[in-house]
This record gives sequence, C-alpha cells and structure tokens, in this order.
Amino acid sequence: MKHPSNTLIIIGNGVAGITAALEFRKHSTAPVVVLSDEHPYFFSRTALMYVYMGHMKWEHLEPYEPTFWKQQNITLVQDRVLQLEATTKTLHTASGKSYAYGQLLLATGSEPRKATWPGKEAKGVQGLYHKQDLEQLEALTPNIATAVVIGGGLIGVELAEMLHCRGKRVIFLIREQRFWDQVLSKEEAQCVAEHLIQHGIEVHCDTTVAAFESSAKGELSAVKTTDDLRFEAQFAGVTIGVTPQIEVFKNSGLNVNKGILVDAYLKTNLKDVYAAGDCAELQQPPQGRNSIEPVWYSGRSMGAAVGSTLAGKPIKYDPGIWFNSAKFFDIEYQTYGSIASKADATTTHWFWKHPTKNCSFRIAYDSKSSSILGFSTLGLRLRQNQCIQWIEAKTPVHQVMNDLMEAHFDPEFSPRYLKKIQQQFLSQHPTFVPKP
Amino acid sequence: MSKKRAYTVTRNAGLFLGLGGIALLVLQLGTTAAQSPFWFWTALLAMLVGGGLFSLGQYQGTVAGIKNDGVWFNPLTNKGLWGWLLGIVLTAFYILLYFYPEVLGYNSQGQSTGLIAFFDPLSYALNGKAATQWFVYGTLYTLAILIFGLKFMLKYRGNRYQLIKTGANIFFQLGFAFLLPELLAKLNGDSPYFAKDLKNMWPLNYYFFEDWHLDAMASGGTLGKLMLGSGVLMIFVVSPLLTYRFGKRWYCSWVCGCGALAETAGDPFRQLSSTKISVWKFERWMIHAVLVFVCVTTLAVLWTYTAAADNALGWSQQYLWYFSLVLLGGTLLFLRGYYGKQLPKDAQYAAYSTLIVLLFAVGLRGWNGSEPLFGISSYQLRSWYGFGVGAVFSGVLGVGFYPLLGSRVWCRFGCPMAAILGLQQRLFSRFRITTNGGQCISCGNCSTYCEMGIDVRAYAQKGENIVRSSCVGCGICSSVCPRGVLRLENGPVAGRTATQKLEAFVKTTTA
Repeated sequence: MKHPSNTLIIIGNGVAGITAALEFRKHSTAPVVVLSDEHPYFFSRTALMYVYMGHMKWEHLEPYEPTFWKQQNITLVQDRVLQLEATTKTLHTASGKSYAYGQLLLATGSEPRKATWPGKEAKGVQGLYHKQDLEQLEALTPNIATAVVIGGGLIGVELAEMLHCRGKRVIFLIREQRFWDQVLSKEEAQCVAEHLIQHGIEVHCDTTVAAFESSAKGELSAVKTTDDLRFEAQFAGVTIGVTPQIEVFKNSGLNVNKGILVDAYLKTNLKDVYAAGDCAELQQPPQGRNSIEPVWYSGRSMGAAVGSTLAGKPIKYDPGIWFNSAKFFDIEYQTYGSIASKADATTTHWFWKHPTKNCSFRIAYDSKSSSILGFSTLGLRLRQNQCIQWIEAKTPVHQVMNDLMEAHFDPEFSPRYLKKIQQQFLSQHPTFVPKP
Repeated sequence: MSKKRAYTVTRNAGLFLGLGGIALLVLQLGTTAAQSPFWFWTALLAMLVGGGLFSLGQYQGTVAGIKNDGVWFNPLTNKGLWGWLLGIVLTAFYILLYFYPEVLGYNSQGQSTGLIAFFDPLSYALNGKAATQWFVYGTLYTLAILIFGLKFMLKYRGNRYQLIKTGANIFFQLGFAFLLPELLAKLNGDSPYFAKDLKNMWPLNYYFFEDWHLDAMASGGTLGKLMLGSGVLMIFVVSPLLTYRFGKRWYCSWVCGCGALAETAGDPFRQLSSTKISVWKFERWMIHAVLVFVCVTTLAVLWTYTAAADNALGWSQQYLWYFSLVLLGGTLLFLRGYYGKQLPKDAQYAAYSTLIVLLFAVGLRGWNGSEPLFGISSYQLRSWYGFGVGAVFSGVLGVGFYPLLGSRVWCRFGCPMAAILGLQQRLFSRFRITTNGGQCISCGNCSTYCEMGIDVRAYAQKGENIVRSSCVGCGICSSVCPRGVLRLENGPVAGRTATQKLEAFVKTTTA
C-alpha cells in the first residue's frame, strides 16, 4: 500500500502503540497507520478478566468509540506483519500487502511464556494474554470442572479469580515458597494466600507441574505435580510470565536480546525505527528500573515519550519513581518507589498489619540517612503524588510518618487506619537512631 | 459446596415469600368486596421479610467485596427477556397509576375498592383517611427503598460511604417523605392539601408555586406557612450552600426520593446507562430544556397568580420581576467575577439568553398586566408540564424503564432540580472526584457502573479530576475501581479541575 513518505506506522495497538499515536497526533498532522491482528480497536488488556466474569461486555473494554479514530485521522488496520524490510523501509503482512513507512514504531507487546513440561500439547493447556486466549478459554469453559493455574504471579491470581467466579474448582500451583515472592513480603504473601483460601482456592506452594496427561482425544485430563500429587483437570492455565513478542523481527537486522534493544529515546539500531512497551529492552535502564517492564504504566509512559520524539520533539524516556498496583480478589495492592520483599544490609523495613482485616502497610527507608525509599500496601489506598513527592525529596521517615495523613486516599468515612499506623510507628520510634 | 446450597435455600425462600406478598396485592385488582386487614398486613410482612431473607441468602457466606459477577450474563440485568418483562410490568403499573387509577380501584366520588382499599388499614393508622392511589404508591415506593436498601447495604458492606449513604436514603424516605407528611396530614385534617415533604423542593416539586398550592399553604395555618417559608428557603439558600459544600450528591444520592429509589432498587440496572458521546449531547439539551420549561411555566403561573392584587400571599407582579432579575443578574455577576472570561461558553449562552428572554417579557408586558405572560395560558403550560414531565417522564419513563435504560433516566435527562444543582456543581462547588496520579489501567469498570452514564475512565486515564454537572456522587466508580484510583472529595474550588496529564508520568527531559 502506498503511503506518503512521512507516514508513521505503528505495529501493535496496545497501550504503548496507541498512547504513542495519540501523543504524536498532538504535535503532527502526518499520516498514522496502526497495524494489529488481535483486534481492530484499542482495548484494556488488563480488564480482559472482567469480560469473562460478566462484569463488563467487550465494548466496555474499548476506551474510545470507533468514530474517535476517524476524528484523530489515525488509520487502523487489522493485519499481521510477517516481515520488516529495513533497507526499503517496507513491511510485508499476512494478507499479502506491503506498507512503506517513513518512521516505524514497534509496540508488539508480550506473549505468554510457554509451558515446557511433558504433555504440554494437550488441548486445555494455555496462557492468558491475548483476546484469542480469552476466546479459547470461553469456548472450553462449559467442559471445565477443575482447573489448575500454574504460576504465582499477577496473571495467575487473576485467572484463578476468573475461573472461580464461573464456578470452577481451582488449584493454584506456586513454584516458590509463597505467592509473588519477589515482590511481596512474607506477611503480605501470607495475607493474600489466606484470602485466596477463604474464597475456596486450593493453594499449593513450593510445587509445579511434572507432566500433563491427556485423553485419547488429546484433551487435558490430569495434571501431575512435582510433589507427586495428581489432579484431574480439564484446564491448565500457564501463567509463568511473559516474554517480548519479537520473533518476526529476528532476521530483520534489528539488534535484539530478550527484547528489542533501544536507547534512551527508545530508538533501535535501524534508521527511523523505534520500539516501546513490553517488547522494548532498554540498553541502559534508569536507576531502580528494569530493562524490560511488561506493565501497563511503563507501556503508557514509553508511548507518550516516543510519540513526542517521533513527532520531532525528542523526549528521553525517564519513567521516574516506580509505581504499580494490582488486585488479588478483594484485596487491593499498591506500591511506590523501591521496596523489596525483604530488607537488605542498607535498608530498614517497617510493617503494620490490621489484626483481623486484610489491610497492611510497609515502608522501606535508608538505614543510615532515614530517607524514605518505598511503600507497599494491601487494602489501603495511598495518594500517589504525595508518596512520589516524599520519595523524590528523600524525605526522612519521621517526617513522612508525621505527615502520613496527607497520603490518605481511602473513600470518605473509611476507618482511618493511617492514623493508627502513624501512632504505632511514632511510639515505636520516638526518635530516629541511624544504624551503625 | 453444601454450605453454598443452604444459602440458596434461604434466598429462594425469601424470593418465594416476597413474590407471595406481591401476588396478594395483584389478587386485589378488580375485587369489590372489602378485604380483611389481616391479608394486608400479611402481604406487607411477606414482602418485607421475604426481601430481607432474599438479600441475606444472596450475600451470606460471601467475602465482603464488590460482586458484579455475571451481571452481563443475567437476562434480568443485561436487557434480556426478564429485563424486558419487568420493564413492561413496571411501565404498565405507572400508566395505570397516573392515567387509569380506577383500574386499581380508585374512586374519586366515594369509597375506593380493590388494591387501593386494600391499603386502608395502614392509611387510617397513619393519616386517618381512606387510602388513595398516591398513598398506595408512596407505601410501595418506601417499601422498595427499604427492601432493596438492605440488599444494597449487604452487597456493599465493605464500604462505609455506601452504608451511610444508604442509611440516609432509607431515613429520608421513611421519615421525611412517608411517615412525617402522613402524620402531619392527620394533625391538619381539615386544611386543603399541600405538600408536607420538606425535602421535596421546587422545581422537582413543580406545583410548589401553583396558585392552588400557594393558597393551600397560605390557609394551612402555622404548618402551611412553615412549609411555604422552608420551601423558599430550601431552594434559594439551603440548597446552594449545601451544593457548594458537598456537591449535588447531598441531594441527588443522599436525600432525594427519586435518587433513593435509583440507588437501591435501581442498583442492579445502573450498568445500562449509556456512556456514548451522542447520548451525553442529547442529555445536555434535554435536561436544560426541561429546566427552561419549568422556569417559564412557574413564572407564567406566578404572573397570573400575582395579577390579582388580593392574592393570598400579597405578592405583586412587580416584585416577581424584581426578584427574578436580581436573582439572575446577581448570579451572572457573581460568576463573571469569579471566573472572569473563563466562564464556560455554554453557561454564558444559557445565562445571557435567559436574561434576554426575561427582559423581553418585561418589555412586552410591562411591570404589571393581566394578559398571559408568554401569550399562552399558564393553565395550559402547567398542564403540559404536569403531563409530559411530571407523569410521563419522571414516572413512566423514569422508573418503568429502569431495566432497559438504567436507573437514572429521569435524573439524567429530565430532572430540573438535578439541572440546577448540576450547573452549580459544575460552576461553583468544592466537590470533585480526584484521580490518583497515573494509576488508572483504563479497565472501564467506573464508566460501566456509572448510573449517570459518565465516561469516568476518559478522565481517569488522563489523570484528570472529574467535575461533571451530572455526577450525583453515588461513589460507585470509586468502589468498583480495582486499583483505588478514584476518590470523592470536597476541597478548594480553585484548581479542582487540575489535570496531571499523561506527560506528568514521563519526565520531560527535552533534548
């Protein structure tokens, strides 16, 4: 297809690609074409679960009405790119068409990490990432009585909630000693695990799949675990992480490692080719950040930065202080800044937990200077701007705890747990004593 | 598993009992024989207890948290067969109530029969008179708020804002709208009818300034004068102050009866409100057209009323003009002073065109006169309003269409009270919904469950605060948000629409 030579083509209409397109449009009138084979319109991937659970219809996942794209003069094409020809600045697609680009943004996202265990080909063994994964799960659902979810991370707990909500028996296999152990502290993970069990999820830690068994028809019939348990199951959700979806670019001259290697402007080694979102790998990630960050917020930030750069207003990608959030069934989780699952030699952690409710509060601060490093909460809502401001200013922990109510973001009339937390901290630490 | 089944038994027993109570009411249709009070109390109790058991069975044994599981799979709540059937039944009931009350047994000439007479035991106990169709309606309305209010409280039991708000809904409906007026009517048995619900102010109560109502209050003794005084005070002083302080939610989702029904009985249908931009455009035209309609009608009615020098209130036409012009001019001057040139365009158009219409009317008719103000008889105007807006819009469409268009059809498209409070909320109020930095994941739960059809996500995903005239502050967006992004807040008016655009989450280190 013939496009003007200044055409921006974006591969992938997820949050990174679409944010880039909209940001680009703010500064430039050049043609924009977005290619995606998953679905014609941008949708919220993080909310796929709510469609399966009947909270929302598919159309509710789409933040913009179809007419919006015309108004923005952004062309959406449903097609799959098979080849990138950098020398002629051309893309070849599955429908047999060719697209010439002036500038190219690769925002192809991730794909679920695949199972490697024996019997993984059985029907009913799948991940959850794409719209097509959800459709496949929906088609299998009537025949599922028991489901096994493999992998103790965010998608795993979402998949467990989805299946549970549709009345399935759910067995949750976590390879590590506890749920999401790289991020949550022991107490936090415990709190989440107890909550899952209260909902009726069968949580098994320190175990994973040994093999999948299937029926004569090739359908999954049972899952055997490494601790010699065997569960008859019709579905196995493999949620052991995601990897950048870059297979198609491997012989195109792009420099790739796990992801597509980019500099601080999200530029690749090829002329006029950029990458953003889950598929991009920063050669020099900012301090305290990872080189690949497959989360919504990072994808959105990268999209905003690269959109401006592509329009001729170069912006260095600098995501600032890390933040993230999640929900484990009914427990909301928020985190700001840098706070590991447990303290190391130079940091001190302080933890509060409500005696009966699923509410907890954890902070990390520098043991020497006492400056605040990070927050991690369950069942409490903190004001992001306030937390970020404290962390950026390296505020001493005592000052943070003195002003803690400034970060209160729970709904009106909620119990003021932050007040209790503040009192407890200040009574335990009347003055700050630096560690020797 | 066996535990789960036990709750289902409670739930189904409650459903059976409640439907039994309703069946007893339906059986009364067309009967002429006097019914024993026993059956009335049985029906009332069956509905109350049945409703309670149903809700308990539904939520007992579940973990506290928002449960919208399967809402879009259920044919009652996804505009499926059961939704349509319920919509048709409700609409039919409203048509009978407003236009054919005799089918329900109402007899304006003498003794009522059927369903209306069935409610006599309660009516005599409360106001000492036989039941009318409006008494039956009021009782059923209050009952619905009680039963579904309890269900709502169980569903949202993890959220104190929702619990307290629903408590207020029940308190104001049961006390202020139902019991108090009936008891006051009993104490003032001989005076002509006038509205005794303190919170039901003009223009929601559109007949407040009609001649017969003003006369009834004027001749209604101390209570009548009190209602007249408080009615005027409510709309011109109390309501603006409270809306400034808390947003229009103090009325629309805490105090108002229409709001209370929408928040409780309407809750299962809130997701049916459309968030389309085209519907939003229609909404803004429609609701403000109704506001203009009620203002014009009221002014015309008052003009006619004050034409008689010996009117019971002793108001003159001239004072009516002074009052209207000072009110409008004062508001305009205040907003101009506050906003300067930043006063939104549509607000300017609306205010100036109203001012021009008023001045035009003065020019046409002078300060005094006996001809109809706008060339149309004020009786004609108010009968159109009463039929079109009072009956068809707020009743038949407003509640009858809950299962098809969502629970706030009336509040969103038709209520002139909501329009006034909304203008004030948009232009001068401390209320806003704050977006928590960049935490939005664009999931769409907030927009889906907004009963006013506000596309909350459109603001939240950009990091913008939400200041919309239609927001009734029900707080559900904040409750259903999986990432704790939204918070209803009162704070300084200045900077409340503050936006932390997407760029705020990318440090702009320009090369």
